[in-house]
Amino acid sequence: MNKKDLSLLVLILVVGTVVALINPRFLYVGNLSNTANQIGLFGIFSIAQAFIIIIGGIELSVGSVIALLGVLFIDLIVNHDVNWVVALALIIAAGLAIGLVHGTLVTRMRIQAFVVTLCGLLIYRGAARYYTEDATAGFGFGASFPTLEWLAAGRTNVLGFPLPHSVVALAVVAVIAWVVLHRSVFGRYLFAVGKNEEAARYSGIRTNRVIVSAYVICGGLTAFSAILIAMYTRSISPAVHGSFYELYAIAAAVLGGCSLRGGEGSIIGVVLGTVLLQVLQNLVNLLGIPSSLNFAVMGTVILLGVLGDQYLVQRRQRVGVAKRGEQTSVAAAPLERVKAE
Amino acid sequence: MPEPFLELVDISKSYPGVVALDHVGLQVSPGEVIALIGENGAGKSTLMRVLGGVVEPSGGVIRVDGAARSSLTVADAIKAGIAFVHQELNLFDNLDVAGNVFIGREPVHGGPLRLIDRKRMYADVAPLLERMGCDFAADAPLAELSLAQRQLVEIMKALSLDARLVIMDEPTSSLTLAETDRLMRTVAGLKAHGVSIIFITHRLNEVMQCADRAVVLRDGRVVGALTRAELSPAAMIRLMIGRDLKSLYVPPAAPPGDSVLEIVDAVTDTYPGRAVSLSVRRGEILGLAGLVGSGRTELARAVFGIDRLRGGAIRLDGEPIRIESPRAAIEQGIYLVPEDRKGAGLLLDVSITENISLPDLASYMRFWLVDTARENENAACQRERLKIRAPDVKTAVGSLSGGNQQKVVLAKWLSMQPKVLIVDEPTRGVDVGAKQEIYGMLRRLTDAGVAILMISSDMEEVIGVSDRLAVMHEGAISGFLDRSQFSEHNVLQLAVGHTIAAEAP
Repeated sequence: MNKKDLSLLVLILVVGTVVALINPRFLYVGNLSNTANQIGLFGIFSIAQAFIIIIGGIELSVGSVIALLGVLFIDLIVNHDVNWVVALALIIAAGLAIGLVHGTLVTRMRIQAFVVTLCGLLIYRGAARYYTEDATAGFGFGASFPTLEWLAAGRTNVLGFPLPHSVVALAVVAVIAWVVLHRSVFGRYLFAVGKNEEAARYSGIRTNRVIVSAYVICGGLTAFSAILIAMYTRSISPAVHGSFYELYAIAAAVLGGCSLRGGEGSIIGVVLGTVLLQVLQNLVNLLGIPSSLNFAVMGTVILLGVLGDQYLVQRRQRVGVAKRGEQTSVAAAPLERVKAE
Repeated sequence: MPEPFLELVDISKSYPGVVALDHVGLQVSPGEVIALIGENGAGKSTLMRVLGGVVEPSGGVIRVDGAARSSLTVADAIKAGIAFVHQELNLFDNLDVAGNVFIGREPVHGGPLRLIDRKRMYADVAPLLERMGCDFAADAPLAELSLAQRQLVEIMKALSLDARLVIMDEPTSSLTLAETDRLMRTVAGLKAHGVSIIFITHRLNEVMQCADRAVVLRDGRVVGALTRAELSPAAMIRLMIGRDLKSLYVPPAAPPGDSVLEIVDAVTDTYPGRAVSLSVRRGEILGLAGLVGSGRTELARAVFGIDRLRGGAIRLDGEPIRIESPRAAIEQGIYLVPEDRKGAGLLLDVSITENISLPDLASYMRFWLVDTARENENAACQRERLKIRAPDVKTAVGSLSGGNQQKVVLAKWLSMQPKVLIVDEPTRGVDVGAKQEIYGMLRRLTDAGVAILMISSDMEEVIGVSDRLAVMHEGAISGFLDRSQFSEHNVLQLAVGHTIAAEAP
């Protein structure tokens, strides 16, 4: 855990303590379990987003993908009697395919990620609404998938705490993502491409392939979270389901130390960022703040967090420069000479 | 000859360990065209930066219209009527011609709204366009102009500032012959209007064509001045060299072996009409000399798979190979140390260890994970071997000096099995001590059987380190030299496109 993650953890504990002091209901088992469930659901697609941000891209279609794939999943198992295991596999495959298309457009066609995924945001939302004729998709009377419901949206009692299965899913995803990003060869490539694509290419990394892989991973994870979210809400109104989720994901990633310039970020940070966002959401409810202010509170906290971080970074740099002052002037001399030449 | 309006007297500039300018004097009279020539690193650019107010001299006097001062600021220089046309033009290609000429001082109207007075802007540019004989309109978007036309825009910008002296830094290096001719006419036109010009160039023909006199710099000193009557390519080359190069040469342990890398009729996008053929033998350092922009870097990029070759073939150990990506080149054992160290060679805010292992991570892999212990071990070993001066291998390479950064780039490739190593300007921005270490390392590599292609613009390096030389001129090889033929004179002759035989004494 690096310094950034640590300070984020401290911030979460401070906010949590303050909320608990003002309204003890924060610590009620029911409340904590529900908040944990939200964290589980939001954490998975935030990690998906982090893969893209680390390679220096952006994925804006997350919310729309969650709506479209959620609608399709429910339609498959409810109206077309597809076995849910097959449906799950199909939906994940669809998510991977969406990622493949996005990645290919970004690398081969050289379209900016922002534009590609903005178009995705509009297209998938429209597709979801057209497919259901804007009607709410849900489980009809009597439709029941006990195993799937238990797996996706159930809770298991762990030492008296009803642990939502979405949290278990997030834990598994986070551990795998952590190993991939921070320990594997592929993770190194992701960071290298995000930091300096040119230098990565000169080191023999197939940069396009790495970028496409990141979008594919993001698509797959988003599809997975779309199923969990669909099973949790149990009914999907395609016009609003998942809207703004891409921004939650970007916010969590940025809070967690990802730089939108690419090449930076940690999985622990992204998970903690998700936790903070959900605690803030909970805070708005518990402290009697009008829920219309929800976004405003989140925006303010993110802004303050980023400002504080920037301040710390700059202070560290000033101290560093002062310390190295002597050395640097000597080291810089040959470089100056080059410019002079 | 009219009185000089600008005088530089005994200007010196030293950086720690380097004297860039040593008591340089220069006088500029109205309507005079002065050619400033000298090798890379002779101090031409530094001198011009002093004139532009960008560099503060360590000693000497600058006299503008008789008023003496020790240094100029950028504002002083503009006020004195000194304007620059840089090699890389400072223009905005999202604006039109008039917008570029008046950038930052657009005529305004509309009171507090400060709207741009477009009418006046175009009206003010019109006479300039006419004076320069331009074939484009004031509202032509810059993006649609050719490089030569853009240069004219830059010159108009200087003239609209009432420039008395226009300094052109290698203005013709990217121009075609016809465009160069036109620029020469522009220079003559400016001269006729009483504007002085300092013309920095490597092309001696142009000096012959347009200069009133030539000032030759070498190692930061004025080593000669030639009047119009004295100008001749031979005289200029004699002045530009004329020093004993410190001998850096360490002969190889064994005579070179068979050809390892053969480039046959390679054509790059930059010079579509020219083909390059050369071969590098096992155990030798083949120097690739030539002026900046002669197509050397493009050749290296194509061989390494960054760009596609337009035509021609590459053979490795006699076998034709296809290189379509850097990955393919690396798998064949062809490695490149790029010219742009910071942009293409390194991840600056990443540790030495991770930079070194990046191209070869697969070999540090255990069950898809990176074996960091082995990675650090190798980095530590390379640090020892190349004498990389850093607190430890976890240090970010961005905080290292240029020489140590370059050693990290070398260490990347030395950790693997190089067959052919292409180094592009291997010691640019590297201090003297590290230079020697890098040369030593290159020699040890060739003694171990590696073939090295060394692109360099540093004459001392080209002559002092190579076993054999190829010289490029405008996208083609203008000649090969064996060690017995090595001389600055010969290299320069070939680099400017002459043949040696024709000018040999």
